[in-house]
Amino acid sequence: MEFLNEHLLSILIFLPLAGAFFLFLFVGKTAEEAIRKITFVVMLAGFALSLKLYFDYDASSGQTMQFLETAPWLPEYGIEYKIGLDGMSLLLFLLTTFLGPIVILSSWRSVETRVKEYHICMLLLQTAMLGAFAALNLFLFYIFWEAMLIPMYFIIGVWGGPRRIYAAVKFFLYTLMGSLLMLVAILYLYFQHHAQFGTYSFDLFDLYKVQLALWPERLVFLAFGLSFAIKVPMFPFHTWLPDAHVEAPTAGSVILAGVLLKMGTYGFLRFSMPLFPQAAETYYPLIAVLALIGIVYGALVSMVQPDLKKLVAYSSVSHLGFVMLGLSVRNVPGVEGSVIQMVNHGLSTGALFLLVGMIYDRRHTRLIADFGGLSKVMPVYAAFFMVITLSSVGLPGLNGFVGEFLILLGTFKRNPAFAAVAASGVIFAAVYLLWMFKRAMFGPLTNEKNRSLADLSAREIATLVPIVVLVVWIGVYPQTFLRKMDRSVEAFLARTERIEPMAFELASEVAAPAEEAPTQPDERGP
Amino acid sequence: MVTQDLVASLGVIQPELILAGAAVLCILADLFWKDPDKSLCWLLAALGIVGALAATILLWGIRQTGFYDLVRMDNFSNFFSLIFLASGLLTLFLSDGFVRRERIAAGEYYSLLLVCLCGMLFMASANDLMTVFVGLELMSIPVYILSGLLKSEPKSPEAALKYLLLGAFASAFLLFGIALTYGAAGTTNLPALLEKVSGGGLGASPMFLAGAGFLLVGLGFKVSLVPFHMWTPDVYEGAPTSVTAFMSVAVKAAGFSILIRIVVLSLQPLVADWSRIFWCLAVATMVLGNVVALVQENIKRMLAYSSIAHAGYVLVALTPGTETGVKAALIYLFIYFLMNLGAFGVVIALGRKGDRGVQIEEYAGLARKHPVYGLVMAVFMFSLAGVPPTGGFIGKFYAFSAAVQAGYIWLAVIGVLMSAVSAYFYLRVLVVMYMHEPVAQAEAPELRFADLPGAAFGLSISLLVCTVAVLALGVWPGPLTQIAQKAINGLLPSL
Repeated sequence: MEFLNEHLLSILIFLPLAGAFFLFLFVGKTAEEAIRKITFVVMLAGFALSLKLYFDYDASSGQTMQFLETAPWLPEYGIEYKIGLDGMSLLLFLLTTFLGPIVILSSWRSVETRVKEYHICMLLLQTAMLGAFAALNLFLFYIFWEAMLIPMYFIIGVWGGPRRIYAAVKFFLYTLMGSLLMLVAILYLYFQHHAQFGTYSFDLFDLYKVQLALWPERLVFLAFGLSFAIKVPMFPFHTWLPDAHVEAPTAGSVILAGVLLKMGTYGFLRFSMPLFPQAAETYYPLIAVLALIGIVYGALVSMVQPDLKKLVAYSSVSHLGFVMLGLSVRNVPGVEGSVIQMVNHGLSTGALFLLVGMIYDRRHTRLIADFGGLSKVMPVYAAFFMVITLSSVGLPGLNGFVGEFLILLGTFKRNPAFAAVAASGVIFAAVYLLWMFKRAMFGPLTNEKNRSLADLSAREIATLVPIVVLVVWIGVYPQTFLRKMDRSVEAFLARTERIEPMAFELASEVAAPAEEAPTQPDERGP
Repeated sequence: MVTQDLVASLGVIQPELILAGAAVLCILADLFWKDPDKSLCWLLAALGIVGALAATILLWGIRQTGFYDLVRMDNFSNFFSLIFLASGLLTLFLSDGFVRRERIAAGEYYSLLLVCLCGMLFMASANDLMTVFVGLELMSIPVYILSGLLKSEPKSPEAALKYLLLGAFASAFLLFGIALTYGAAGTTNLPALLEKVSGGGLGASPMFLAGAGFLLVGLGFKVSLVPFHMWTPDVYEGAPTSVTAFMSVAVKAAGFSILIRIVVLSLQPLVADWSRIFWCLAVATMVLGNVVALVQENIKRMLAYSSIAHAGYVLVALTPGTETGVKAALIYLFIYFLMNLGAFGVVIALGRKGDRGVQIEEYAGLARKHPVYGLVMAVFMFSLAGVPPTGGFIGKFYAFSAAVQAGYIWLAVIGVLMSAVSAYFYLRVLVVMYMHEPVAQAEAPELRFADLPGAAFGLSISLLVCTVAVLALGVWPGPLTQIAQKAINGLLPSL
């Protein structure tokens, strides 16, 4: 029991990996039903265990980084296995474990080929994603960050749609290009730390203390930023996203939208902005404007999509624009709104992809024009679709509203004009989503093929109900989640406001641990 | 006295002696043993390599020179010996089935492999430019012959001839460089050369600079740096695949062992001069290797260009001329040997008689037919592309961090961008294997690898070793970095 308590986070991260090994070694490839069940149980166990994290996380503690675990790995290089969660990553971590069993359930019937490999990929992906959210050593983070690409590449490329190969390769190369530049930036930072403090360390909290000169800091920020901006994706680096989403199998899209995109925004939150506060301030207008362009552009492009999945994919560009906007203004409502919006987007857009997948499984088309009047034959489906659509639109009482409201509030404090433009995005969202809903669900049932569609099965309802519950919960009582991150957001802001006069004498004096940079004792681990 | 010195010197070259002895026994066994499969030759070769490996491990940590300073044994030479012998042993396991499938004369094949390894060991332990040259020739001549052993296919002798002609040119360059260096410095002994160079004055002597330049050309040819790479694609494509596998890892590592010994260590005082040249060569090598590999249809040719590109990454690590750089190069070469050998192993496994079946499109859907080969190929391809958690990432990490540490940030940036380019062609193999539908084979199924009794066994062993090692080093590179650190301790003034 003590072991469980001390290593809970590691267990959660590597449980899916263990499951993958188990499937690989002990389960025959023909036992498809068993493979699905085992995977589901592993994911569900992960989720159940992760709830303990939520209850154990002490939001009132001054030490925001909790569940810390460290183990030496390559000590002479300052590389260690160090993981932990603060209030912000806790929510994203839980989102990941929550979506795990749901995606497995959703692909129960839609993945029929190479079932074993598919589930192994899903489990490996889960480990990599959880690890990336928890890693507090940049080297470790980079390993998890890149390792995510491999299973996702196969999920899109092997089980995807007709243009899957193009989409998979584009996804891989795009993200790899960004992250390799980040690798150089990480190395630069690492050696700067050595120059200033005399020790080698990839520890995030050590690197927070590094002071860089103006231009190096800007370049390094851009290198990190490019990598994360591609992942988010921010306009104009978004072109891989529609391809990847449209070609990926449903479960892949859900994970991609639900978790992988958050890696980008999380990267800004955890790495880019606190590591390079001056540059974050310098480039605040750039990020905000790109986010605004993303919001409006994503919405407008969504509006004209004839394909349901593409519509949802572009709506991600718009929604993630909100998240980036909230982060770029860097005040309490903005950042809290961003984090909650990351969760919201994971739930709503994930659910939208699930819903699109369900209708695609039945009709093998996703064109809005092929549907119409579905609410008459599939009332349960239409009801779920309605709730999720409204949540995505941002109807008060559902989750989307909370996030967008906080972000707009934060933005207004900083720059009212930005808030005005962003608010237009909310209206556009109502236009494209409700219009799509009207065309697909209401009106006369024109297409004969739609007449005999079966409504949702129990399994499908089971995948959607938990999401709807959370959607309403966050919408009605967001405090459950917000209060977990208050302190963490404050710590984040304190770090990004660390805009000190350029103390570069430090860099020239290679002397032993120069004066301790202002430490946040609350973050230094036990 | 002389006799005593010589006898004592023999201790320094124990591994070389074991290999030479095994080679002779191998030739004799080939003559007198009438077994058509020549399994005795294989066994003798394996025993010879294992013996040499054991001797190398036992000699770890001992520093000694022999034959009047012509050879030296230290951890640096032992580290390279480990790479050569381990890759030789794994090649041996890869070759067993291949040699039988292609009906290559096994006796010649195995004895030449041993002689070649012997030459490599001499190169790594060279303490004198003359030893370098002798070792180089002892290595190269067997490789020329090995490339042409696939007599039934015209491309194989063609490759051998090309390799021989161009290799002879490169040797001539090297020899000319040695002569000029000797003329300017008055010595061919490497430590003495270092002393002369440190003394100053030599850096400005045109004869010496010309000599060093010629040396660099000769060495650049052996490790296939651009623009001395022209032979690589043709020879790698034409040579029997198992020989290509061996060449691409061991011969390259041997080239780097003397490149480091001569340029990085012995010409250390002139680092500012040659690091600029290295910078240009590294960029040219990475760019050309990766970009040209993009359009290759033949997997052996693709891996040939990829091996050029990897020489570029090693050169990135060497450019700063620092201790960390040399260490990174050693780590890189070790990991590279495992992953590249493994990749060629899969090529052997999936090929057909006559060394056919090496067009990338012929791999369509093979991951479904041979899931294990598909899986290990995925490991090697991701590793070659440098994606964690594989060893390839660790290698690149050390190489680029050595460059960044010394301030060569743009070099590292070009390096990582080229790695991103390389991901495309490595992924293409996986795309074809995993995501394309299998095509119906038009021709009648020829002799496949799996049809030979026991042939898959040796192959599986070497693939297993490579896969496990590549993954293990990706997660736990600690022991390797410590060994590499020991290999270079005291060789360089540390940063």
